[in-house]
Order: sequence, then C-alpha cells, then structure tokens
Amino acid sequence: MRIRPLLGLPLVAFAVLVLLLGRGLQLDAHELPSPLIGKPAPAFNLQRLDAPGTRFVPAQMRGKVWVLNVWASWCAPCRAELPAVQALAEGARVSVVGLNYKDSAEGAREWLKANGNPYAFTALDTQGKAGIDWGVYGVPETFVIDQRGVVRHKHTGPLTPETVRKELLPLIERLNRG
Amino acid sequence: MIPELGHFALILALPLALALGVLPLLGARYGSARLMAVARPAALAQGLCMALALGTLVHAFATTDFSVRYVAEHANRTLPLHYRVAGTWGGHEGSLLLWVGILAGWIVAVALGSRGLPRPFAARVLAVLGLVEAGFIAFILLGSNPFERGWPAPADGRDLNPLLQDPGMVLHPPLLYMGYVGFSVAFAFALAALIEGRFDAVWTRWTRPWTLAAWAFLTGGILLGSFWAYYELGWGGWWFWDAVENASLMPWLAGTALIHSLAVSEKRGGFRHWTVLLAILCFSLSLLGTFLVRSGVLSSVHAFAADPRRGALLLAFLAVVVGVSLALYGWRAAQVGAGPRFAPFSRESLLLVNNVLLVSATATVLLGTLYPLVLDALGLGRISVGAPYFEAVIVPLMLPLLFLLGVGPFLAWKRAEAGTAWRRLRLLLFIALDVAVAAGVALALSPLAALGLGLAAWVAGSALWQLAQRVAAAPARTPIWRRLRAVPGGHWGLVLAHLGVGVFVAGVTLVKSLESAHDLSLRPGESGRAGAYVLRLVDTRQERGPNYLAAQARFELLREGRVVAELRPEKRFYVARQMPMTEAAIDRGFTRDVYLSIAEITPDQRWIVRMHLKPFMGWIWAGVLLMALGGAVSAADRRLRRAPVARAESACAPSSTSLANAAVS
Repeated sequence: MRIRPLLGLPLVAFAVLVLLLGRGLQLDAHELPSPLIGKPAPAFNLQRLDAPGTRFVPAQMRGKVWVLNVWASWCAPCRAELPAVQALAEGARVSVVGLNYKDSAEGAREWLKANGNPYAFTALDTQGKAGIDWGVYGVPETFVIDQRGVVRHKHTGPLTPETVRKELLPLIERLNRG
Repeated sequence: MIPELGHFALILALPLALALGVLPLLGARYGSARLMAVARPAALAQGLCMALALGTLVHAFATTDFSVRYVAEHANRTLPLHYRVAGTWGGHEGSLLLWVGILAGWIVAVALGSRGLPRPFAARVLAVLGLVEAGFIAFILLGSNPFERGWPAPADGRDLNPLLQDPGMVLHPPLLYMGYVGFSVAFAFALAALIEGRFDAVWTRWTRPWTLAAWAFLTGGILLGSFWAYYELGWGGWWFWDAVENASLMPWLAGTALIHSLAVSEKRGGFRHWTVLLAILCFSLSLLGTFLVRSGVLSSVHAFAADPRRGALLLAFLAVVVGVSLALYGWRAAQVGAGPRFAPFSRESLLLVNNVLLVSATATVLLGTLYPLVLDALGLGRISVGAPYFEAVIVPLMLPLLFLLGVGPFLAWKRAEAGTAWRRLRLLLFIALDVAVAAGVALALSPLAALGLGLAAWVAGSALWQLAQRVAAAPARTPIWRRLRAVPGGHWGLVLAHLGVGVFVAGVTLVKSLESAHDLSLRPGESGRAGAYVLRLVDTRQERGPNYLAAQARFELLREGRVVAELRPEKRFYVARQMPMTEAAIDRGFTRDVYLSIAEITPDQRWIVRMHLKPFMGWIWAGVLLMALGGAVSAADRRLRRAPVARAESACAPSSTSLANAAVS
C-alpha cells in the first residue's frame, strides 16, 4: 500500500483548527472588541449643547476618570438605558459626558427635557465625524476613559443597571484609586 | 411523570445507539451475519426511543409543565400553542434533542431503505451513524438535559424569546437540522467506503439521493432563516454574514460541491477520494456549525447563552469524530483511488473547477468567520469581520462559477469538442451580453451590476435551453406535456436549480444596486414622500396580543395619487420578557418590496419610520426556493432508487449499460 503524505493534510489542518477553537473557548467573545482599548482617546472639538459657544475637547478631562456615552434622540434603546446612565452618574466619582450622535441640537434638547438629563454636559456630533474616530457603529455606546486620557473600557448597546453595578462601577472605582 | 418517561427513553437510546455503533461494525469485520443483523432492529429501537423522548418534551411544552426547568425558561401560559411547540427547539437543550431526534429519523430511514445494499456495507453505514448518535446522546445526558426538573416549579414561565415567536421560526430549525444532520448519511457512506477500502458505483448511487435530499432541506432551512431575519429583525437586510448564518452557509457550499462531485463519481467513476473527502468535510462543517452556535465561542446577533463546559465537551466530540474520519481518510484514501482520467476540456474538468471554486468559497467563509477568533486566540487583539470582507472575496469566486455553470451542462463527459460547445452557446452568450448592456444602460447600473444581470440571464438561459433540447429531442408528434413528463427527475432538478441560481443572482444584483431607504417622521394625518411613493399615516391604535402589547400604525401607500397598499407596522412589547420588538410591514410585489418599520414613537406622537424600497426582493426568495425544489426533485428521481437493488445483487463493475443509460442527464 502506498502512503501519500498529501492525504494526511486535512487531518493536520483540522488539528490546528481544534487547537484554535479550544483556545477560543477560554476567551469571552461577548466582551465587544474595540481597537481603542488601551489607546489614547481620539481627539475632537465639538460644540456643547448646554452652553452654545463653548466647546468641548477630551483633553479638558485630563486628570479625571470620565465616561463618554454616545446617544441620539432617534435611538430607542438610548431611552431604555437612561436609568442605568443615571445610576452610573450618581453611583461613582465620575463625569458622564454625552456625545449626541448624528442628531440635531433641538432634537437633543427636547429629548433631554422629556426624558431627564443624566449628563454632566453633552457635546454635539451632528455630522457623526467624532463618532467615526471613536469607532461608533451602534448607538448607544459607552466608553470609560482614565486620568491619562486612555480608553479603558467600551460597552456597545444599552447599559443595564446590572452591567453598571457589576462592570462599570468597580472599574471606575479601581481607576479612581489610581 | 411523563418527562421522566422521556428522560428514561433518552437514557435507553444511548446503549441502543452504542450497540448499533459497535456490534455491526465487528460483525462486518469478522463476517458474522448475526452481529450484522443487530443493525436494523437496533436502529428501529433507538428511533422509537428518540421519538418518545422528543414527543414527551413537546408534550411538556403543550401542557405548560413548568416543573420542567427547560419549559419554564422557554414558554409561558399566554404563549399560543404553535409557539409553545416551537419552544421545544427554542433553546440550547431542546435544539440539541431535536438534532439527535432528526439524526434518529435519518438512521431509521437508512435502515429501512438500505435493504438493497451489500450487507457488510449497510452494517458499517448504520454503525457509523450509531456512533455519532451515541456521542450526541451522551453529550445531552451529561451537559444539557432538557428533562431536568426545577423545584419549586414556577407559577409561570419566562416565555419564548419574542424574536422566535414567528411562523418562520417554527419551521426553520427543523428544516435546517434536516439538512445539517442529513449530511451525516453521506458521511457514514464515506466512512464505510474507507473502512472497506473500496469505492464503487453502489456507494455513489446510494449516497446521491440522500445527499440531494439533505441539501434541499438545508437550502429550504437557510431560506426560511433569511426570510425570517428579513421581516423580523426590522433592519430590511436579509443576510448579515453573521457567524451563525455563516455556520449554515459553509455546509451548504461544501454540500453543493458534493452533489456535483457525486454526479461525476456516479456517472464516470471519477473524483473518488475527492468525493469521499467532500462528504467528510460537509458533515464536519455541519458539526462545526453546531459547535460554533452552541458553544458561544463567537459573538453573534443570535446571542445564545454560552457555557464553556458545554463548549469543551462539544469540541472534544467534534475533534474525535472529525479527527478519526480524517485520519481514516489519510490512511485509506489512496486505496479508494482517484478514478479514470479525463481530457482538460470536458464536463469533468468543469465540474472540478466548480468544486475548487465552491470549496474555496467555503474556506473563505470559514476564514472570515474564524479570523476574529484566531487573532484573539493568538493575543493579537479583537476585531470583527463584516459584510465588506465577505462580499469582496465571495463575488470574485462566484463570477467564474456562474459563467461555467452556463457552459458545463452543454459539454460532453470525458472529452468535449470546443467547436460543438461554441455553436451551442454562441446564441446564449449573445443574449446574455445584450441583457447586460441593455439593463446596464437603462437602469444606469455599475459595470459589476450589469455583469451580474448578464450572468443571471446566461445561467437561467442555459438552464431553459437544456430543457428545450430535451423536449425537442423527443420523437415527433409527441404532445408537449408528455415530452415534459418524459424528462427525468434528475434533469428537472438540474434545470430548476440552475434556473433558481439565475433568478437569485438577478434578485441580489437588482436589490443591491437599486434599493433605497427613506426616513420619515409623521403625525397621524400627515404624509411624506419617499421615492416614487407617498406614505400617509392614517391613524394609530393600541393592540393587545396574547402575550404582548402593541402600538400599531395604519399607513397608506400611494403611488401617482392612488392607494396601492395599506401597511400596518407595529412596535410590540412582550410582557413576560420585558422586551420591545419591531414588527415590520411589507407590501410584496413581483418587481419590488415596500418595507416599513417603526423606528420610534416620540412623546409628542411623531411616528418615525424607515421605509425601504427593495426592487426585485422577491426574486431572491424565488431563486432559492427553485434551488431547493431542484434538489428535492432530483432526490426523488426514481432512477436513483430503483437501479441499485439489481446492481447490488449482481455486484458488478461500475459502468454497466443500465447505469450508463440511467445516468445520462
């Protein structure tokens, strides 16, 4: 009988695949990927909703742990996550900044009036340009940035009181302690 | 009591499956007719047990027995009966039970249908299936038992995920699993052939209808899943290149390659160990799909609950099944041989290219699906691979495939004449080019889209031409219906499936290049313009469903001042799960779908809606349906079922005249 090494190739390829899958099982795929984690927060310079004429740049937050929450008045889950955002703003030593994404100033203002305003303030990204730099692909999204301006965490989709309590608050606590 | 009965039946099925897997194998090895004779009764007995197990779980759902934990997690008293039945496969445990139940069904079918096969061969086929089943039953009993009781029993259940409360979802998983699991038959035939170290026409004869049937089921299952995603997810898309979708596409692509290479194996005795490898690959990809979906190793919009222990068990099982079969392949394939030679320009060589392209496409999808995982496993960061990658890599593979698809059926086996082929095809080529140019200019399409339409015409034209040739070749004065009836099932299958490919490609091309979306914000009584249409919000009201509350809007769709349709999209709130859902309203038409979904309702009663205009959307579904139908008609071809009995008895060499006559299609 002839042994042909080529015919063993599928087996070898499959063995590699199994090793990879086994490694993959140990990782949590549900933590959403963001290439930004561990990198400096992308800069932008946007108008503030609460005080027209003043502008916000992330560098202003140097030395503080802060949260950027991307929202829009056209986004239904954003309203659903508002209580959780409120809980986050009240539960920790942290400023929650809103990034109003692809929206209008009037729309945003009306929405905050109707639903309540948990944000320290909101910056207006009407064109969605800052959103592109931050890799926003679904609203709402939430980023945690540390004192040195490095993105430490990203949450895609609506926050729930549970994720705030179990993930965000402990992380912010840790970052605040230095 | 009744769930325990089901649990007991499941436990009993395990030794039966093991007996089915081991004894006939030994019998075939040592020539013991008594041991081989175990196969059939064991197959029937395990089928009975699995039917009982599945039946009791369905019964628990139908009678809302919330003391069964799995039922409590996936049903609710207010849930209508048909969705409760569907709840049986609405979660991890139940869907695995359905998987094994369907496997049991295929085993019974093979046991009953394999009387014409040589005995040792039938014994080996059934044994391989039995071993696969035993592994799965063990997995269910160890890690995902759906019959477990919860104490105390809750007064009411958590309800089925609202996304799954849809008629499409009642049928989608069973159909899909029929396909996935159906490939196990081809797999078992391949392993039996490797164990015997012999590969002949009996093998392919027998595998073909099973594989075609599995492929047709899988096609139908994918169709339903995609159709469901289209109207239920409310995004207006129909394919998202999501990991779970890819998990079903990979076995489909490999299965498509397999049914074509089986044709070569059966008719020409060629592609032998390649066909065996494809059969193994096909079922391995089905198993891999099950693993990917059920282990939660990849994140997906389908977001099933993940449990790492289950994942590890499934992976171990996958490794054993696929590892052993590939090792067997590496060891024995040389013995099976490659088959007779053929000229570079022949139907065989085109089918070889078809196979290479389809397998490349499978590999590409596999790469894209696993790439994020690979990077992550190697510690290179996290990324997600989306539609742009898949579209960029799949389209260049599909274009030559479509072109060859039009040529292939016109070529002769073994050695084809280029001149003859050209004379047959030039008119068709001319028509396809005309379609491409005319449509491209008239609709202002991109060159790629125009090419897509040209290829669609080319493929569909080639299929119809095939049929026309057949019909014309009948004796003169035969009435047309008799001529059509005389066309064999296998040929009808080819014509329908290829026609379906053409229709599908036309649909995809037109939807991709001409679709548009319009956002409108309306108060009751107001209307807004969207493309050639005007949309008027007539009125709104609150609805109460069995297990949800809904805000429903009534829209009128006007075109040139006339009402063409009434659309009632809804925003639903499912009470038990506290989950909001969007129900899109769709006005379907031959040339376009109008798709309307509510994005939001503002406090001051503005209804913000998104309206998609999707030209020729229905063609996508029609095309896939034609493909599935083609597969089914081919599988039902009586020539494939009748001949082997006689052949197995005489046990002669692969190319007798009866075979050749039956095979020329």
